[in-house]
Amino acid sequence: MKSLDNITKQNHKTLTVSKMQKRIIKKILLVLLPLLIITANSVNAQKAPEFSNKILPDDKTYFYFVADRLEYYSIEGLNPLVADVQGYIGKDYNKFWFKAEGEFLTAEKEGEMEVQGLYSRPLTAYFDLQAGLRYDLAYSNTGNNSRAFAVVGLQGLAPYLFEVDGSIQVSDEGDLSGSFEGEIDLLVTQRLVIQPRFATSVAVQEVEEFGVGSGLNNIQLGLRLRYEIKREFAPYLGISWNRKLSETADLAKLEGADVSVFGVVAGVRLWY
Amino acid sequence: MKKEESKTTKKISRRTFFRYSASIGAVAGMSTILPAYAFAGFKDRDVLEPSGAENVLNLSISEIPIKIDGKKSKAIGINGTVPGPLIRLKEGEDVLLRVTNELDEDTSIHWHGIILPFQMDGVPGVSFDGIKPGETFEYRFPVTQNGTYWYHSHSKLQEQLGHYGPMIIEPKDKDPVEYDREYPILLSDWTFESPYDVMNNMKKMDGYYNFQKRTFGEFFKDVSEDGFVSAFKNYTSFGRMRMSATDLADVTGATYTYLMNGRGPESNWNALFKKGEKVRLRFINGSAGSTFDVRIPGLKMTVVQADGQNIEPVSIEEFRIGIAETYDVIVEPKEEKAFTIFAESLDRSGFARGTLAPKEGMAAAIPVLRPRPVRSMKDMGMNMSEMNMDGMKMDGMDKKEPAMEGMDHGNMNHEMAGMSEMNSEPVKHGPDRHGLGAAAIADNQYNRLHEPGIGLGNDGRKVLVYNDLKSLEPNIDERMPEREVELHLTGNMERYMWSFDGKEFNEVKGPIEFTQNERLRLILVNDTMMEHPIHLHGMWMELENENGIYNPRKHTLLVQPAQRISALVTPRDKGRWAFHCHILYHMEMGMFRVVQVSDKNGGIYE
Repeated sequence: MKSLDNITKQNHKTLTVSKMQKRIIKKILLVLLPLLIITANSVNAQKAPEFSNKILPDDKTYFYFVADRLEYYSIEGLNPLVADVQGYIGKDYNKFWFKAEGEFLTAEKEGEMEVQGLYSRPLTAYFDLQAGLRYDLAYSNTGNNSRAFAVVGLQGLAPYLFEVDGSIQVSDEGDLSGSFEGEIDLLVTQRLVIQPRFATSVAVQEVEEFGVGSGLNNIQLGLRLRYEIKREFAPYLGISWNRKLSETADLAKLEGADVSVFGVVAGVRLWY
Repeated sequence: MKKEESKTTKKISRRTFFRYSASIGAVAGMSTILPAYAFAGFKDRDVLEPSGAENVLNLSISEIPIKIDGKKSKAIGINGTVPGPLIRLKEGEDVLLRVTNELDEDTSIHWHGIILPFQMDGVPGVSFDGIKPGETFEYRFPVTQNGTYWYHSHSKLQEQLGHYGPMIIEPKDKDPVEYDREYPILLSDWTFESPYDVMNNMKKMDGYYNFQKRTFGEFFKDVSEDGFVSAFKNYTSFGRMRMSATDLADVTGATYTYLMNGRGPESNWNALFKKGEKVRLRFINGSAGSTFDVRIPGLKMTVVQADGQNIEPVSIEEFRIGIAETYDVIVEPKEEKAFTIFAESLDRSGFARGTLAPKEGMAAAIPVLRPRPVRSMKDMGMNMSEMNMDGMKMDGMDKKEPAMEGMDHGNMNHEMAGMSEMNSEPVKHGPDRHGLGAAAIADNQYNRLHEPGIGLGNDGRKVLVYNDLKSLEPNIDERMPEREVELHLTGNMERYMWSFDGKEFNEVKGPIEFTQNERLRLILVNDTMMEHPIHLHGMWMELENENGIYNPRKHTLLVQPAQRISALVTPRDKGRWAFHCHILYHMEMGMFRVVQVSDKNGGIYE
């Protein structure tokens, strides 16, 4: 406004052509200004948010827990309870993965378990590379035995739809060992599923206090028939055979333990 | 009326159902002042037309109690109904659509298929900030098109909860389609579970809702039909690639009830006709996760419009409608009897159904669901003529010998591929296998525009195919494309990750850049084994199906497995536009991009 006042105060005669033009432009601007304000409010000038790739839940954190085997193992002598659970908390590309497996006697204070905490990252479309720590504990009336490991492994879905999990580990004593398990779901009906399961372990060094010999330790073969009442809840019946091998079998014999155990299992598979 | 209806629906069963519809008919018969489309299923909801000097129309979004086939639940309704009211606009008018959020979370409305300023497009985080609880957002735009469209939430999983409705825009000139009566038929899917639980379930278990997997029984049946070697090879080839031959839909009839205009199959939505009338049925697929195959046993259908765009009439007996697509058909019932409008889900796990009849309360026989189909080797992108074993390596782990003969995508060396590859040799996949976000790639990519899709076309019915679509009016832009943009639809069913080019949306750094008024070819390659309805906001995709300037304009393209499809695009409106798979859960998992249309100076504002 001030500049416009200045212009009108000026002597018209002294106005050059260029000044005339400037004046006209300013007059036009004065008329346009309210219009510009209006259009600034109009649809086409409304500012949209800046580009962001954080508008979807496509990088969400999930929590998953599965008890693949929670079962009562009916064998000769004392019948143990067996638990095999795992799960994760994390996103597509970064997960904390936990695993725990154990056998517990209910009648006596005796059992063994292993617990793992792993960092898990997808390596391929179907496999995760996992690395972390494992802690083994065997307890009984005569005392406890424990050892810790550094673990690295691969877990995922192999061709022909086998769920597999293999790892190698080094104990705090420097003993090297490996383990592998695989299972597959075969559908009898949409809810009745047969699951063959195979597991084995191998050790380089003998670790007597854990009954581990050098070489192939054992194989486990199982066959479980589950019924998915819900996807998340499936009771099952099955059979399980556990055979100790080579030096591990020898160690078992020395202790007077069974080398081969066969029995019926009854349990439930559940997840959340 | 509403109260009376809810009382009757409470205990509805198949036995009482006929009596129930008849009582409705008695009331509906009196309301002759209502427009034709408001009869029957639409009598209890509003048909909204803008009014006043500013052409204002008010919508409010709120949580409402609903009943689906008599079972109570909670939904998100628009003006108190699911689907929302039928919105009728007129081409050429400027409208002001005021949307009030009465929820306790953010919401939005996206006007699907409508060309408008991008700030009015209704995608939170892309075109505007969304509508906060208690707030009203004013959508202002000129209506420059006509036809059948719809509108829906673009916030979280609200669409699965009922937040959608039909929209019809009347042409400013004479409608080339002649009809005596019309009904919008909005197909959708409903789950009594929380959709957020549905999403979690699928993330945690591959095939959670698939109760049609192949079993021992089916294997032995296939052995007896095809011989052991053939059946064994088939089963093991899927197993080897860790794929499921029954991967047809992520969410199925195991949890879904399929709806026709908001009614379950037992609540039989009714549409009326008089003998000899031309009835225009405006089908809209407003599902979150379901593709439908639609037919009306006893009636031929003439398709006259696709995605709101008039096409040359095609007489067919059945059509597949992908999520977000629309098809208008004309039927001319010559007999005074009831006809079932039957919409089977693609995986045959359920159906939506209604009745077209001369009077209320009638019903016709309901067809039996056809057996669910299985995926083929072609769906996995195998070379059908060679069936070579290299083509079967589908996973990053086995990438010893990637198909190096494939083309570099993104470059120009397959210029005009969209036109020349028709019905010819499959296009090979390039060396980029898209990482672990893509469990598989289509080593061989097929045109497939003449194929009706899985499970269709083999029972003697004439089924609509994409090659049948020919625009009634020519497209304005006759230029050849200056460049190509190729995007691959990728996914990993086991991990439930969905993406473009193997990258979820959170993994990309910026938008896909388009220049205003350029002419480009958009190539979509489906590297997955499922159909994906791909929707581009804000501009038309002129599907290249050999019709030249009469190529049909689509807002959503249903891309078949291992299909390579292309469309010409002229981005006319600047701004940032969403581009995504319209399977709601795929979008949420990252099968989403932003397309930014800028002028020569990089600006996106007028």
